[in-house]
Amino acid sequence: MLEQSYYDKTDEIIAGHGMKKESLIPVIQDIQAQFHYLPPELLGYVAGKLGIGEAKAYSVATFYENFSFEPKGKYIIRVCDGTACHVRRSTAILERLRQELGLDADRHTTEDMLFTLETVSCLGACGLAPALTVNEKVYPAMTPESVSELIKNLAQDRPAAERTENT
Amino acid sequence: MKIASRDDLKQARDLAAGTMERQTKRVLVCAGTGCLAGGSQQIYERLAKLAEGKDDISVESGPEIAHIGVKRSGCHGFCEMGPLVRIEPMNYLYIKVKEEDCDEIFEETILNNRPVERLLYELDGVRYREQEKIPFYAKQTRQVLENCGHIDAENLAEYLAAGGYRALEKALFEMTPQEVVDVITKSELRGRGGGGFSTGYKWKQVAGQKETVRYVVCNGDEGDPGAFMDRSVMEGDPHKMLEGMMIAGYAVGAKEGYIYVRAEYPLAVKRLRTAIDQAEEAGLLGENIMGSGFGFRVHINRGAGAFVCGEGSALTASIEGERGMPRTKPPRTVEQGLFGKPTVLNNVETYANVPLIIEHGADWYHRLGTEHSPGTKAFALTGSVKNTGLIEVPMGTTLGEIVFGVGGGIKDDAPFKAVQIGGPSGGCLVTSNLDVKLDFDSLKELGAMIGSGGLVVMDESTCMVEVARFFMNFTQNESCGKCVPCREGTRRMLEILEDIVAGRGTVEQLDLLQELGEAISDTALCGLGKSAALPVLSTLKNFRQEYLDHVVDKRCRTGNCQALRRFVIDPQKCRGCSKCARNCPAGAITGKIKEPFSVDAAKCIKCGACVEQCAFGAVYVEN
Repeated sequence: MLEQSYYDKTDEIIAGHGMKKESLIPVIQDIQAQFHYLPPELLGYVAGKLGIGEAKAYSVATFYENFSFEPKGKYIIRVCDGTACHVRRSTAILERLRQELGLDADRHTTEDMLFTLETVSCLGACGLAPALTVNEKVYPAMTPESVSELIKNLAQDRPAAERTENT
Repeated sequence: MKIASRDDLKQARDLAAGTMERQTKRVLVCAGTGCLAGGSQQIYERLAKLAEGKDDISVESGPEIAHIGVKRSGCHGFCEMGPLVRIEPMNYLYIKVKEEDCDEIFEETILNNRPVERLLYELDGVRYREQEKIPFYAKQTRQVLENCGHIDAENLAEYLAAGGYRALEKALFEMTPQEVVDVITKSELRGRGGGGFSTGYKWKQVAGQKETVRYVVCNGDEGDPGAFMDRSVMEGDPHKMLEGMMIAGYAVGAKEGYIYVRAEYPLAVKRLRTAIDQAEEAGLLGENIMGSGFGFRVHINRGAGAFVCGEGSALTASIEGERGMPRTKPPRTVEQGLFGKPTVLNNVETYANVPLIIEHGADWYHRLGTEHSPGTKAFALTGSVKNTGLIEVPMGTTLGEIVFGVGGGIKDDAPFKAVQIGGPSGGCLVTSNLDVKLDFDSLKELGAMIGSGGLVVMDESTCMVEVARFFMNFTQNESCGKCVPCREGTRRMLEILEDIVAGRGTVEQLDLLQELGEAISDTALCGLGKSAALPVLSTLKNFRQEYLDHVVDKRCRTGNCQALRRFVIDPQKCRGCSKCARNCPAGAITGKIKEPFSVDAAKCIKCGACVEQCAFGAVYVEN
């Protein structure tokens, strides 16, 4: 059971978008931005408020890749695997990160909830290939060595990589 | 200031132009996604602070007296060389600027008009001071991107000073909606999102519907990997696109517009929101715009990570709060689009062309480009090319002119192999296509498509079979699952390609790939499915020998396909230190100390650890 504050915040978010069916996606996007994941309890709650069936809301939330019912790590690293990055060897970067964080294709979040590792099909930062983002900040021209350095810095919580809110 | 009439607009524009004229120097720090990642925000802050500290020339001194304008502009395009700083009126372009360079830039250039030579672009021994003379820029024609990099992307006044909203003014006060549609039709503007469908025809269809509630939708869901033209327009000149949407709204009788932007483009969303807020505050959006009687509102919807939402009917479904899945047509979007109402759906670059056409006329628009593909096209030039970045050239420019002219040739002067055009829906163009004019029709003939405009250049070190697998993996992941040919067919194709790159492929599978690809193209429901097989079909046609190498000889000439790599130790270079053997996780390397070691191919798991570990460069991949 979630704390009441989660529901209060959700009410606030719904009020900002209006109680209509087409608010579903923007509302759950904001919930995810707020809590860094989409708590399943809140999805049902939102569906009720917007007058949509819970199954319907679930079908929408699971269709889009961005929504996650699992809590994510503090730092969400998204390695770009767009064409330009791929051609400039982004796979080596992903492999290095998986190796260092002890993650694989099925396990995306470290046990200490510090890092979540994902790939993204294109960040549109192709001139800076290979690129990755940590939360919203773009890191250009990465190499296996520089990503090792990066996660070391993040683990020590250096200010250079503070979370920027997704607004 | 509220712009309530045409006269108010003129006043606002004069005021903005006056402010701009009083800027003795304009310092334009690129604040596109690329340069921001390189640290341009710190550069902007430092330069602004330096300017602020000086009397008489302070940025904060107000528009009425002479001052230095330090601005954050949209993408200048030369992303490879970022962070970029342009200084007007000299038009110097500084490349790879660092925060430490700011004091020198300020002292030398801003105060004393001298260039900082070491920050200028240099090519073949020539140093270029002026941005416009650099070959990368000199060979382009920036029409849609004219303001990108030249004005403050978050400032309505600068857009007005650059002639912004003149086209809207002309449409609202000098033209009937029908006349607007006629001009766009006559201009033969074609959809920049990939299909190349006539924009004027679309508008005419919507304007002619019985239903009077209509919508204007902008597709900013630029999902093709390797494309970022639309992102750059939304980030660098958001008002131009809004103006195009408003003109569309006026032409077809719509009162509301929706912009659907990819989730991966947070900066574009922010800049668009700022632009909409500014336009609303100024009275350029809302009810009764400038007293013309025309009202228009714009909403932003963020995508949620589904490539298929770039398809029209999936996009409108997503705005409605549904799963983003395409539906069968007819009815088409122009008849029943968003919320079941007639809808004009164009992409970002298409709308950004509209104000230019309305302001200058259809004949002017035809002066560039080819007969039936007039105007210019923005491309994202990336991959193994010297000058990566955002470019704009007239339609009909040849591939060779783009890669070797604007792009400056292949990185490290390696041999050219292919260009992948149009992303996962496109095909590859090879050496014999370098003279092909890039426009909608000539590419269609080659089995490729202009797509949204991503050009990924590849040299001989790229394996085309791997590239085909890469795109198929992408399409398979993004297939929405609604229709069988795409859902099942792309999976089967991917499995075959995975077999081939893993060395398990057979010659028969190549024919099966071809057959499957053609079947999917013929039978899939939406445009994405229909084009899903194109990268495979196109590489099969152009690089059949490479496929045969993989399936017959079990060999990848580029060494990209890990499973086909053969690691060999050069006995001449090996010092017998045993470091590779100690680090080999499979125990595949053996030998005697101080004598050359060797790799047992049967045990080798091709991880490459030995290559990384060898201090003498003795381990290599045999091609």
